[in-house]
Amino acid sequence: MSIITTNKPVIPKPGKPWKQTPAQRLITVLIFALAAAASYFIVAFTPLKGKLAYVAVFFISFVVIDYLYARTRQGKSAGADSVFRGFVTMGIFVAITPIMSILFAVISRGYKGLHWSLFTTDMHSTPPTGAIGQGGLLHAIIGTILLVALALVISVPIGILTAIYMTEIKGRFSRPIKFLVQAMSGVPSIVAGLFILAAIVYPLTKTFNSFEGSLALGILMIPTIARISEEVLLLVPQDLRESGVALGGTQWRTVAQIVLPAARGGLVTAMILGIARVAGETAPIVLLTGGGDTKNWNIFHGPMGSLPFYIWKGFAAGTKESITRAWAGILVLLVMVLALFITARFLSDRKKK
Amino acid sequence: MSSLLTPKASLPPKRKISTEPRLSDKIFRRIVTGGGLSSLLILGLIFAFLLMQGFQTFKSQGIHFLTGSAWNAAVNDVNQIDLKNSHFGIAAMLIGTLICAIIAIVVAVPISVFSALFLTFYVPNSLKKIMVAIIDLMAAFPSILFGLWGFFVLEPVGEYWAKLLHKYFGWIPFFKMEAPFFSRSPFIAGLVLAIMIIPIVTSISREIFGQTPLDRIQAAYALGATRFGMIKAVAFPYARSGIVGGAMLGLGRAMGETVAVYTVLNIVYKINWHVLIGAGGNVASMILLKFGEATQGEVKALMAAGLVLFVVTLLVNSLADFIVARSGKSGR
Repeated sequence: MSIITTNKPVIPKPGKPWKQTPAQRLITVLIFALAAAASYFIVAFTPLKGKLAYVAVFFISFVVIDYLYARTRQGKSAGADSVFRGFVTMGIFVAITPIMSILFAVISRGYKGLHWSLFTTDMHSTPPTGAIGQGGLLHAIIGTILLVALALVISVPIGILTAIYMTEIKGRFSRPIKFLVQAMSGVPSIVAGLFILAAIVYPLTKTFNSFEGSLALGILMIPTIARISEEVLLLVPQDLRESGVALGGTQWRTVAQIVLPAARGGLVTAMILGIARVAGETAPIVLLTGGGDTKNWNIFHGPMGSLPFYIWKGFAAGTKESITRAWAGILVLLVMVLALFITARFLSDRKKK
Repeated sequence: MSSLLTPKASLPPKRKISTEPRLSDKIFRRIVTGGGLSSLLILGLIFAFLLMQGFQTFKSQGIHFLTGSAWNAAVNDVNQIDLKNSHFGIAAMLIGTLICAIIAIVVAVPISVFSALFLTFYVPNSLKKIMVAIIDLMAAFPSILFGLWGFFVLEPVGEYWAKLLHKYFGWIPFFKMEAPFFSRSPFIAGLVLAIMIIPIVTSISREIFGQTPLDRIQAAYALGATRFGMIKAVAFPYARSGIVGGAMLGLGRAMGETVAVYTVLNIVYKINWHVLIGAGGNVASMILLKFGEATQGEVKALMAAGLVLFVVTLLVNSLADFIVARSGKSGR
């Protein structure tokens, strides 16, 4: 009777029954602590030693304890599931550890070489053994900017034209071109350098300058820009193209005045990621640019310094000061690359919303 | 008079209807097609120019260029290269390249596949974005950074690991050791390469795991599968060929890497199968190493080596791309 008297339907509260209860979470923490304790005692009382031993024993004991718990409570397949979860989690830790180690190494070693005149002077009067306060990498920053800017001028038109061909014209070469762009992205950087040597330096110019370096970087940049631009152009709604044509526009005006402006942000992202791809490229730079120690604004004449070459030289010189300089150079380069990368992320995130 | 009144004159001229594009479009299409074909042009030019410069070496060395391991440039009286008495062979370098790249793949692929699974099926939503960003960020690190880090940070640690491997697995032929010289070995170079390709293989695997059809995943769960059971029965078979392709893409990248290997590896012109000994080879690094002191004739031999590297990486990459493009359509 009481059921009929309430005519309000009972709406169950939405819950998340798959979520871990506090008790389950406590058990996870307990297993964790148990494994930690086990690893501590096993390392203390057996000949195993070192950080590696701690990590390995902790991982094994965690997996074993977790397995035993799942096995006794829920059966065989749950046991297998928990072992696999252990391995997968281990995988991501192993993948992330080197990144953290690299960032830590660059910051902890690079900051020692930082000083204010780093950005106002060059290295022309500083020997490899010169004190850290002397010299700077202004010439390298100028060189990198010139090199990358010219590489951008070369590769952006080709990259974007390739992307337009694949998305707008869709001719019979679309598939082969896609394949070739992918193949081109695997060209080793040193081969790009050798190509410029074989095609331009030996037969024609016979000297090293930054223009040749830019050509090599441009070759390495084209596939990155083409691929990302293609993805971006594919995101432009088909309706926009159709409306452009319906208004009487030719294909060229539709592309130039509707499709490309609609994809503007994404194309900028493609360029930024292209820059990030080549800014730290070392092998072709070492082969082609000559690597000067003074400021050089002429891209067609004279050796050109750049950040990768600066790092390379510091490392090759091998003195304590020069290696510290190399780390400082890496820190500056990494900050530049990170800034570009984060800008690209920010732009593409904003695009999606 | 009557000619003025003919109905012909009052009718507008017939409009020509055709699907032929206008002149501006024709030009546009030409330019874009030209731009699109430039990648073909560049690849062709790379091949042609390296062949042109390296042809002399191929001709004078013959098959020994690929099977020999000696590298000495003889110079005659007038300070020009004496091709008859020079020996250029890159067998040791080619095998060294392969060894380093295979070590990299063996280490990197399991880690990458596990990471990709974690990022697709295990990670809490709040962490997913930042973790993916961190892994992608690693792909943007310049290679000289990996080189320096490998030399100064990983080297001592890697040497310790190599000693452990030798101590416990020394009976495996590859881990044999005649003289206790553990530093700058192919093993350590392979580890550096592994770390460099982890982001590439991870992001490709993650993308393919992410494309696993949702209905199949839900069907597996509905049949009572655990997460491991679902991955084993649905996600992994679906992504298998894509993972193989991603691994091969990583292999291509590892084979072409120059600076990172150069800083870490001790290059020796002898075929060495024992990966823990500090003597190895790498075509790309060898080119960089020899280039600084090379004479005109020797540079031509380096061009020939570059051509071999170019062709090998191109083949590996094309095959990888073919496999990745085909994956996803297969699976159960």
